[in-house]
Amino acid sequence: MTETSTGDSPATPALLATPGAPRRRALPAFRSNLTTAVAFAISAGISAAVEWWMLIYFDQSVDLSGSELAVCRAVEILLGLFGVAAVFYGLLAVNRAIAANRLAAASDPASARVRAEDARDAMWFVVGLGLTALIVAFIAFLLGANDGALRSVMFDFTFMWKGHNALLNAFWLNIKIFAVTQVLVLVWALLVAIVRLLPGRACAPVRILAIVYTDVFRGVPAIIVIYLVVLGFGLARVPGFDSMSKDNQIFWLAVLALTLVYGAYVSEVYRAGLESIHWSQAAAARSLGLSQWQTLRHVVVPQAVRRILPPLLNDAVALQKDTALTSIVGYVEVLGAAQLLKNKYFNLSPVFGAALFFLVITIPFTRFVDYLLKRDKQRTQGGS
Amino acid sequence: MSLLELRGVQKYFGDNHVLKGVDLAVDEHEVICLIGPSGCGKSTLLRCVNALEPIQGGEIVLDGERVSGRGVNVNALRQDVGIVFQSFNLFPHKTVMQNITLGPIRVLKEPKAAATERAWDLLSRIGLHEKADEYPDRLSGGQQQRVAIVRALAMAPRVLLLDEITSALDPELVSEVLNIVRQLAREGMTMMLATHEMNFAREVANRVCFLESGLIIEEGSPEQIFTAPTQARTAEFLRRVIEAGRM
Repeated sequence: MTETSTGDSPATPALLATPGAPRRRALPAFRSNLTTAVAFAISAGISAAVEWWMLIYFDQSVDLSGSELAVCRAVEILLGLFGVAAVFYGLLAVNRAIAANRLAAASDPASARVRAEDARDAMWFVVGLGLTALIVAFIAFLLGANDGALRSVMFDFTFMWKGHNALLNAFWLNIKIFAVTQVLVLVWALLVAIVRLLPGRACAPVRILAIVYTDVFRGVPAIIVIYLVVLGFGLARVPGFDSMSKDNQIFWLAVLALTLVYGAYVSEVYRAGLESIHWSQAAAARSLGLSQWQTLRHVVVPQAVRRILPPLLNDAVALQKDTALTSIVGYVEVLGAAQLLKNKYFNLSPVFGAALFFLVITIPFTRFVDYLLKRDKQRTQGGS
Repeated sequence: MSLLELRGVQKYFGDNHVLKGVDLAVDEHEVICLIGPSGCGKSTLLRCVNALEPIQGGEIVLDGERVSGRGVNVNALRQDVGIVFQSFNLFPHKTVMQNITLGPIRVLKEPKAAATERAWDLLSRIGLHEKADEYPDRLSGGQQQRVAIVRALAMAPRVLLLDEITSALDPELVSEVLNIVRQLAREGMTMMLATHEMNFAREVANRVCFLESGLIIEEGSPEQIFTAPTQARTAEFLRRVIEAGRM
C-alpha cells in the first residue's frame, strides 16, 4: 500500500450509511400474554392438586395424636397454602393480561404494556411458589411412603436422643482431627505452592517433585490414602509413631493422611491465589528494596489469601466432613460411634444424628466467612 | 562526575530489541524528561535503571559504581533509586500509612515510631495526613499517586524515576500530582521522568530526550527541543502532539 501525501483535505469515506439523514425506529407493537397467563394458571392448578394429594398421603401415614398431631397438621396446611397462593397468582396473571388486552383495544398501548408487565410479574410468583410447594410436598410424600418407614428407620428422634452423649464425645475427636489437620494443611500447602512457583532451572527438580505430589494426592481417593497410611504405618511400626499409644497413633496417622490429601488440594488454591496477584504489586514492593521473600511475606501472600478465602473455606468444610472417613480404620469418631449405635438399636437414626453434628459446625462456619468477606470488601473498596 | 550514567544500554524482550544502546548521563539535581511515542522504550528504560528489568548489554553506573549485571545487590540499589508507576501500584491491603512505612521499617530497619512520624510529616506536607489510616481504594487517583510519590520519597532515594505518573489520571487531578514534582524539582531532587505532558516537560526539565525505537534520537534543552528540533522525527512527533491538542 502506498501512502498518499497528507494534503489539506483528503477525501475521507463516510462512516454513516446515509450521512445527515434522520434515524428513527418504530416501537414494537403491544403483544398480548393472555395465553401464557392462562397456561401458568392451569399449571398452578394442577401442581396445587398434586401437592395436596401428596400432603394428604403423608398425613395418613402419620401416627401422632393430641398436640403433636395438631402441630403436624398446622405445618401441612401451611405448606398447602403455598399451592393455593400459586393458583391465586395464576388467576391474578390472567386477570391482568385481560386488562392489558382491553387497554390495548382502547388504544392505550403504554398502559397496556405496563399491565402486561404486571401479569408477567405475577407469573414469576407462580413459578416460585408452585415449585417450592411441589418439592417440599414431594419430600413429605417420600417420608410418608410405606407407612412412614423412612421416617422410623432414619429420623427417629428417640434413638438419636438415646445416643446423643456417645455421639457428642465421639464428635469431639472429629473436631480435634479437623483443627490439627487444618493448621498443618494451611502451612504445608503454602510451602508446596511457593515451591511450585520457584523460578529458574536450578529449582526444576524440587518443582517437579511438588507437581508430582499434588497430582498423586489429588488423584487418589482420600479414603485409600487413609487406609494405606494409617494401617500401613501402623503395621510397619514406623519410628516416631510406633512409640505412641494406640489411640494417639491412629489420631496422628489420620492427621498425617488427611494433611497429605488436603495439602495437595489447598496448595493448588494457594497457587491460583498467588498467581492472581498482578506482577505490578511485586514490582512495587521490589522497587522499595524489599527482598523476594519480604515481597511474598508482606505484599503477595496477604493479598492472595484474602482473595482465596472462599475456596480455602470450601476445603476446610470438606476436610471437616472427611474426618468421618477415619472410621474405616476403626477410629471411633462420630460416624464410628453412630455405627455402633446403629448395630445396637438396629436403626439408622443415630447416623442421621451424626450428620446433624456436622451441620451444626459447617453452616455457621460458612456464614461467618461470608461475613468476613463482606467486611473486608467494605473496608478496602469504599462503601456500597 | 554524573550521578547516574547509562552506557550503551541494551534490552531485549525475547527477539524484541527494545533498547538499542542508550547513552545518558544525569547530573545531581538534574531533571531529565523522556518523551517519545508509545513503545519507544521510555518506561523500559526507567525499569532497567531500577533493575526491575535486567539489561542484556551496556552498563548502568550510579555514583561511580556499576549497578547493572550479575553480583549487584539490587535491593541496596533500589534504596537509592525510587520509582513511581503509571498505575500507582499502592498495596490495596495496607493503609496509606502502612504503604509508606513498609519500606523504611522492613528495608531501612527504622523503628516503627520513627518511620510513622516521618511518614506523617511527609503526608501533612502534601495535605493528605487525614487519609493516613484510609485504604488506597478510598482515595482519588490523584491522591493515590501523591501517596505513591511519598512512598518512594520515604526511602530517601538519591534518584527518583517517574513513569508516566499522570497518564492514568482524570484531567482535573493531574495538576495536584505535577505540583509535587515541581516542588521536588525546585528542592533539587534528581529525577528522570517519562511523560506525555509536553508543557510540563518544557517547564520543569533541565534536559529533554526524545526516544524512538529504543534510541535517544535527540537531546537538548527544553527550549531547543520544543522550538527548534534538529531531527525530522522529533519535529514530526511534536507536530502530531500539537495536532492532538496536547501542547
